[in-house]
Amino acid sequence: MLVFEKSRPGRGVSALPKCDVDVLTPSDKDLRKAELHLPEMAEVDLSRHYTELAHKAHGVNDGFYPLGSCTMKYNPRVNEKIAALPGFTDIHPLQPARTAQGCLQVIKEISEALCEITGMSEFTLQPAAGAHGEFTGLLLIKAYHLANGDTQRKKIIVPDSAHGTNPASAVMAGMEVINVDSDDKGLVDLDKLREVCEGNDEIAGLMLTNPNTAGLFDPNIKEITDIIHQCGGLCYYDGANLNAVMGWARPGDMGFDCVHLNLHKTFSTPHGGGGPGSGPVGCKEHLAKFMPGVKVVDFDEHSDENMLSFAKAEASLGEMKNFYGNFLVAVKALTYIKMLGKEGIPEASKNAVLNANYMMNKLKGAYDMAFDPKVCMHEFVMDLSRQAKETGVTAMDIAKGLLDNNIHPPTMYFPLTVHEALMAEPCETESKETLDDAIRVFLELNDIAYSDPEKLHMAPVKTPVTRLDEVGAARHPVLKYEFE
Amino acid sequence: MGTFVPNTKEQQLEMLREIGYEKLDDLFAHIPDDVKFQGELDLPAGMSEMEVAAEMQKIADKNVIYQSIFRGAGAYKHYIPAIVGSVISNETLQTAYTPYQAEISQGVLQSIFEYQTMICDLTGMDVSNASVYDGATAAGEAVAMCRERKQNKALISGAIQPSVMKVIETYCFGNEMELEVIEVKDGKTDLDDLKAKMSDEIACVYIQHPNYFGNLEDAAEIGEIAHSFKKCKYIMGVNPISLGILKTPREYGADFAVGEGQPLGLPIAFGGPYLGFMASVDSMKRKLPGRIVGQTVDHNGKTGYVLTLQAREQHIRREKASSNICSNQALCALAVGVYLAAMGNQGIRDVATQCYSKAHYMAKRMEEIGFTVENKDYFHEFVTTSETDIHVILKALSNEGILGGQPLDLHRILWCCTEMNSKADIDRVIDILKEV
Repeated sequence: MLVFEKSRPGRGVSALPKCDVDVLTPSDKDLRKAELHLPEMAEVDLSRHYTELAHKAHGVNDGFYPLGSCTMKYNPRVNEKIAALPGFTDIHPLQPARTAQGCLQVIKEISEALCEITGMSEFTLQPAAGAHGEFTGLLLIKAYHLANGDTQRKKIIVPDSAHGTNPASAVMAGMEVINVDSDDKGLVDLDKLREVCEGNDEIAGLMLTNPNTAGLFDPNIKEITDIIHQCGGLCYYDGANLNAVMGWARPGDMGFDCVHLNLHKTFSTPHGGGGPGSGPVGCKEHLAKFMPGVKVVDFDEHSDENMLSFAKAEASLGEMKNFYGNFLVAVKALTYIKMLGKEGIPEASKNAVLNANYMMNKLKGAYDMAFDPKVCMHEFVMDLSRQAKETGVTAMDIAKGLLDNNIHPPTMYFPLTVHEALMAEPCETESKETLDDAIRVFLELNDIAYSDPEKLHMAPVKTPVTRLDEVGAARHPVLKYEFE
Repeated sequence: MGTFVPNTKEQQLEMLREIGYEKLDDLFAHIPDDVKFQGELDLPAGMSEMEVAAEMQKIADKNVIYQSIFRGAGAYKHYIPAIVGSVISNETLQTAYTPYQAEISQGVLQSIFEYQTMICDLTGMDVSNASVYDGATAAGEAVAMCRERKQNKALISGAIQPSVMKVIETYCFGNEMELEVIEVKDGKTDLDDLKAKMSDEIACVYIQHPNYFGNLEDAAEIGEIAHSFKKCKYIMGVNPISLGILKTPREYGADFAVGEGQPLGLPIAFGGPYLGFMASVDSMKRKLPGRIVGQTVDHNGKTGYVLTLQAREQHIRREKASSNICSNQALCALAVGVYLAAMGNQGIRDVATQCYSKAHYMAKRMEEIGFTVENKDYFHEFVTTSETDIHVILKALSNEGILGGQPLDLHRILWCCTEMNSKADIDRVIDILKEV
């Protein structure tokens, strides 16, 4: 039942005192005439309403969440405790910097840590999410080419295995996308890349994840970034898969010029049912002068005191967002980084890769692995084309079967280069027991596919609703509650 | 070192052996040496939870918490009922992913459907998306959305929040849309200048209401001017609290209502996370960026909710998508939903009325002590001019634990009052200002 259907006129929460000055209202010209239909609820009813909604949702606390490319690792509770401190929540973004030294310190410390982890020289926390970070990185590349007078450099190379946000961000940055197909191992096809790049002065750059969306580390990465640089382009690292390589390989050392990270993936901040995330962008020296927003520096030009202050890059491309990004998300990520430290961060990646390889190897007999890699990184992609052909059971059906077993399904039908893809990312925060249990379920579902496929076509049956009519929803959109 | 890895060293070795490896490093053997990171990250050693909590507390303590805040300018301190924090701390709602798997995400989907309904109700619009990053990116996305092949130019009021203008400029730097600023006259968008700049090429007119200086714009007239050209859309950036008593963007004739959702139950938190709301008239719904939740039925005819109209989105359309947005501000949208449900119709009217009344009370008191108030019709922000250097004024207040208004230049300050500023607080500011 919707909150509006539970509303009873006259109920409410006693939030505010009476107005202690003369009550005034705007003139009739600007006075609201439209009726309001907000819920009128007692606090107890609100409490129960949202508890009921929580019962009909699935968080990391509810069970295994191997959602590929999303890094659904456990979200430490201490992060939330720290981000709720009034010393962070009650600070106005336009307070003078000398009264917000703690906030500036957070920005400075996390920027420095992210530089070290990625091999970049500067970071901005302004981008609010991964896609926003991509947009930022592409604008940096654009600003760089424009400053060099290279107005014709508008083509950006995106592999066919990339996230949908990559091409969409490129278009927002006024660039034209060149898709380059992967080779039969799921990696960048060097010959095709050379063909596109050689002598091409219209190339703005390349967008790439490494490991890629099939969970494979591209061993030719140096050669790839060299090819781009040789034709005058720049290389953008999509940090969606950084959880595989922290402390093992840095985008900066691979030859990338700028990167975005997802603090809500790699650095353990919660996804919130879709956000808020945080997509900080890092760059090397040659792009630093174009960075958006402000950076924290060690001195204050207006005072002799030893103080942190904000400074703007000399040729800044502008502002990506109001103020300094999703600040409290950065507070949580910094808490996490401090807790793990220099030993814990590579250890997290090591175990993420171990868990993925363990699961991949245990499932190999029953499920075909896309590109059949010997070793994967933090995630692996199952290809259910065989099951679909032999039994009619699709990746979607297996995913829905998992729901009845209290497991959040892997990412479905992605990457697009694999037809019946299920992309699983177990994360380092899962125990062997959890993995073994999930492996058992996956194997059972495969057996059911061959013995009773209809059962999987009907799944899920234990969830609050069964499969929903998405076509009907799009054809006859009902996008809000209609009041009588 | 702190860790969230549950597997013991023994288990790690056992797992490795089972899949045919000896040590963890073997799993990274295929990374070529020339890109393999050598040595140790230059970061401090890890810490226990107790140590890190103490260290972060120390950092937080370096900030000055002003108990009394008279500064808005894009971030507004309002009272947040306790139920809001309680709901968004629920571990399931807080840690769930984007609700792609609808069958186990009905709670999240329903909360977004309720949020969309409330935003539509507040703004008078037909369709709302599930949120974007903040008010500024909502403005940027809205302007970009109006672009057509023959309409590649936006007219933006010069009386909007300067940082929002900067973000719109960034979005237009990206898509190469042309921008022109409408002049400001007496603290408001200049209608004559707007008329002079209108043409067939204009994709949209964007204004903020109340504007950056707190003034109420001639919003209906601006809408008529914008719509005198058939292809031109009218976007209003609004403060959602003001909608408790001010006309809806729909009543003023807007096609899009966007704005900063922070005043609806989110802490000022040094600038984020906040959320941007975006709502439109029905005919523009397939151009809206971001997630939208729709109602439908399951196999058994039971009502349920799904992400819908996804043909607009990047994961389906890639380079043809209306925007690149993927993650939004869902948990903030949940907070807004709880806030509005807790406040209810009367509550939201009360907040708006108190903001309005207190700002007018304070402005009157400031005039009594010699400040000039620039505004005539305004909501909860106003601009004062005085002979005294603003640094002297703001310092005197800061010494008493009060964050004064936002300085605009050497003699002008933008003040803000909300329900949080009691009459006694306002009188105290007046007493201090009398002395400087």
